[in-house]
Amino acid sequence: MSRRPPEPVQVIKQRRDAALNALVHGVPYIGFLGIEFDRRGDELTAILPFDEKLIGNPMLPALHGGVTAAFLEVTAIIGLSWTLIWDQMESGDLDPLTLTPQTLPRLPKTIDFTVDYLRSGLPRDAYARARINRSGRRYASVHVEGWQDNRARLYAQATGHFLMPPQNA
Amino acid sequence: MSDRKAELAREFIRMIPHSQALDMRIDEIGEGLAEISMPYDARLIGDPQSGVIHGGAVSALMDTCGGAAVMSHPSAPAGTATIDLRIDYMRPATPGQRITARAECYHITRSVAFVRATAMDADRSRPVAAATGAFTVERPKEKAK
Repeated sequence: MSRRPPEPVQVIKQRRDAALNALVHGVPYIGFLGIEFDRRGDELTAILPFDEKLIGNPMLPALHGGVTAAFLEVTAIIGLSWTLIWDQMESGDLDPLTLTPQTLPRLPKTIDFTVDYLRSGLPRDAYARARINRSGRRYASVHVEGWQDNRARLYAQATGHFLMPPQNA
Repeated sequence: MSDRKAELAREFIRMIPHSQALDMRIDEIGEGLAEISMPYDARLIGDPQSGVIHGGAVSALMDTCGGAAVMSHPSAPAGTATIDLRIDYMRPATPGQRITARAECYHITRSVAFVRATAMDADRSRPVAAATGAFTVERPKEKAK
């Protein structure tokens, strides 16, 4: 019985990290807020490192509500795009090493986004993960959880609907 | 806007580091109504292929404007924080144009303020986004009975 040997782990990692890197660093606003993504297999965790310019209430101090909304929205959009890219990348249809901001697949467009502020955002790093509850050909519904020190104590959560980019074929 | 009010409004924005980072400016404020705008900035682009500003930056503008509307309400809250904010994105803002948010605190109780807001680019007849939100109302400390 002959099977193709599995790809070397470094080849797989390089491919996946290159795709994520092109996706995240192609968007100026993600860089402006300083958001990075941590990848474990296909699971992404968004990280918002604390910065003075993210403060909305200097008396408390607390993160700006708009920053929290933006952080969760970025997490949702990248999470959705990532699932699209993942399938194309793993099937070999897309070579991530050739991806540039100009050749990346178009991003989903936000239709609406609702944020629940559960606690005030503390002046320290924040984390977020997106869960795609439904992803169809045209529309997707995504839930995002944001936390700081304790994974179980969310400081914000959000739900959004997105218009998916047109798929070729 | 009276000089005194305008000065207070500028001070309000100066106090908020993130609003300053986005170069926000209060154009009008008072009686539960606020108008705040920010310039187009390449650092805020969300779609590199079209140059359209990221929705998150519009959220930050709408959130700031909603909070300002609450603070300017005649019942004079001592402070406010967002409880929830829903934003509908109606069309992409035209790249290169200033974005203006207009928020109205249309109802306020002892502890909650209700806000509606719209965001516009140069074509004010076709809003870019609409928002509704609930905000907390912090009352000045009452004397112990």
